[in-house]
Amino acid sequence: MSLTLEHVTRVVDQQVHIDDACLSFAPGSFNVLLGRTLSGKTSLMRLMAGLDKPSSGRILMNGADMTQVSVRQRNVSMVYQQFINYPTLTVFENIASPLRQAKMSQAEILEKVHATAKMLRIEGLLKRYPLELSGGQQQRTAMARALVKDASLILFDEPLVNLDYKLREELRQEMRELFQARHTIAIYATTEPNEALALGGTTTVLHEGRVIQSGKTAEVYHRPQQVLAAELFSEPAINLMSGRVSGTEVSFADTVHFPLNPDLQDIAEGEYRFGVRPSHIGLVPSNDDDLELAVTVELAEISGSETFLHVSNDQFVLILHLPGVHEYAVDTSILIYIPTHKLFVFSADGQLIQAPSRRLGRVA
Amino acid sequence: MAEIRLRNLAHSYSRSPSGPADYAIREMDHVWEQGGAYALLGPSGCGKSTLLNIISGLLSPSHGEVQFDGKVVNALPPEQRNIAQVFQFPVVYDTMTVFDNLAFPLRNQGMNKTKILAKVNEIAEVLELHPLLHKRASNLTADEKQKVSMGRGLVRDDVSAILFDEPLTVIDPHLKWKLRRKLKQIHEQFNITMVYVTHDQLEASTFADKIAVMYGGQIVQFGTPRELFERPSHTFVGYFIGSPGMNLIEVLPYGGGVRFNETMLPLSPALNRRVAEMPGAKLKVGIRPEFIHVWDGPNEDAFCADVVHVEDLGTYKILTLKLDGQLLKVRLQEDQPVPQRQAYLSFPAQWLMLYADDILVEPKPMEVQP
Repeated sequence: MSLTLEHVTRVVDQQVHIDDACLSFAPGSFNVLLGRTLSGKTSLMRLMAGLDKPSSGRILMNGADMTQVSVRQRNVSMVYQQFINYPTLTVFENIASPLRQAKMSQAEILEKVHATAKMLRIEGLLKRYPLELSGGQQQRTAMARALVKDASLILFDEPLVNLDYKLREELRQEMRELFQARHTIAIYATTEPNEALALGGTTTVLHEGRVIQSGKTAEVYHRPQQVLAAELFSEPAINLMSGRVSGTEVSFADTVHFPLNPDLQDIAEGEYRFGVRPSHIGLVPSNDDDLELAVTVELAEISGSETFLHVSNDQFVLILHLPGVHEYAVDTSILIYIPTHKLFVFSADGQLIQAPSRRLGRVA
Repeated sequence: MAEIRLRNLAHSYSRSPSGPADYAIREMDHVWEQGGAYALLGPSGCGKSTLLNIISGLLSPSHGEVQFDGKVVNALPPEQRNIAQVFQFPVVYDTMTVFDNLAFPLRNQGMNKTKILAKVNEIAEVLELHPLLHKRASNLTADEKQKVSMGRGLVRDDVSAILFDEPLTVIDPHLKWKLRRKLKQIHEQFNITMVYVTHDQLEASTFADKIAVMYGGQIVQFGTPRELFERPSHTFVGYFIGSPGMNLIEVLPYGGGVRFNETMLPLSPALNRRVAEMPGAKLKVGIRPEFIHVWDGPNEDAFCADVVHVEDLGTYKILTLKLDGQLLKVRLQEDQPVPQRQAYLSFPAQWLMLYADDILVEPKPMEVQP
């Protein structure tokens, strides 16, 4: 099944919840909706499910207009943030409930519940009650119920947000594998850029009810068409610096000047916004024409195997994402290096002019 | 100001515990030194809340002693232990101003007005609460309220330690790091023992100089963030710290090292001597995804593995490989070439850890012949 949204708009009490969304999702695809709280993710999913009707525009499934068809006739499943299970039913009966509603035969129910439970690795828990399970097991039960009925569209509304990060890691991976073998379209809403990256498939970046960019996840991440897409799809946040290109140099904040090098020579004179991902700034130079900045450490945030280093000076507030553990006292002075070929260049009104490139075998 | 020492401490919620499984805290000796910044890190159900409640006095341990500066405090109720606590949800008196919230513990002690004014101003300065001092606490944002909660602990001179229980849970993600910075600054300015309880490795390693990792009612490692990453002393630490966690492979000993299936991993003589002393131990090797070396092509020192999956996480890639039937995760930097179908790996000896019954095996130095 394919799913298409044509100029879908939803206005409630003169407030625009969804603004002219045009999207299409291929059969068997895994698709992430990425945006901050209130960006329109849930509104968009409710429209896809048929829980709400658009104010204008059409929703097509397999080319057929489903705009006015109610949720009951759509063969849609949803999984929410909260693990919603029936507390008085066993795990088996929880998973079986949509099949019982569909009046399926006992033999068929038995087979489908076992197959789905096995896929989600909860086959040993079928006789237990939800409250006897851990959070991860409860969410797996809710997912099994959504998956068991072979819906043509499954909507996940931040399903892992209440789980600890080790469980998320496991479930994300399982999720990707589960959908590789199915023809169902999965739509998955999240506020976390790194979750979108981990899930792969496609990503649609939403902001204030508008679709900012939609495409293959890696493509949207590596080539954000607007500065807003780069900002929304970056965790930690992408570093942005306003700068001017004139004559033979780039100037940041009017006071920091660097000579234009071959990476930036095609940029016409004018005002720009330069972006650099936190992972691209280093503590040692990687090229002899890297931009060198003297900064002080505001905080070294260490997360197991990596460090998020917050630094600043009079002109800039920047964040670095470094592999490994780097312990720094607050207010230590250090030098940092920005490779110029890793700069995003956006026009003053936020359109992408140049994306980072690999610098392979360039003669220094 | 205090050193907190746990001596032969254990706790069971059962009246007649019959085995280790009945203990929420298994017998442990542990010292939080005066003035240190510590974290207690572990998954839910590991016993960290039980331990926190025992330190604060909300729970009396079934075995052993809690000592503050050498004095046993088992029988002291929480209010006599001079411990300040900051909880997940900020505790403020909504009807009072920020000033009165901060002054509250001092007024309770009967301190005079001039001194209270000086003390509250000092703390407000540190926490950047000055502009809010005369606002009602009910009008504050979550992060401001949490600062007030902290301020009430810091304002007292007699506080021996501050315990933080997941204090940033309700704080907006983009404000969290500012509060983390504030916490670090406070620790540098005040000579107070601080213990920060969390399940989040980032919270723990950012705040603490030393982290106690708890698992199954025990502290399985007490070390710096770097030690937890580079030399996990228990397989659980390897798994829990880092994302993805450490690769752990069950192995069997052979003459010069350990092996799984047909893959031989030679070990140093110092490690081989240790292995020989532990017949019957369940052995595993562990190596972090960051430390597996991927070669550009075949190499006589390299193992050949099949590429199962490549995950592009933007700033780096996670490679899932199959080596002799064993799945391995490898982390590649963004610009590192990605192997197709086959990858050539080696495990640098420096980063290959050996575990016996889940505990790190330290190499045994050669005995000096008399």
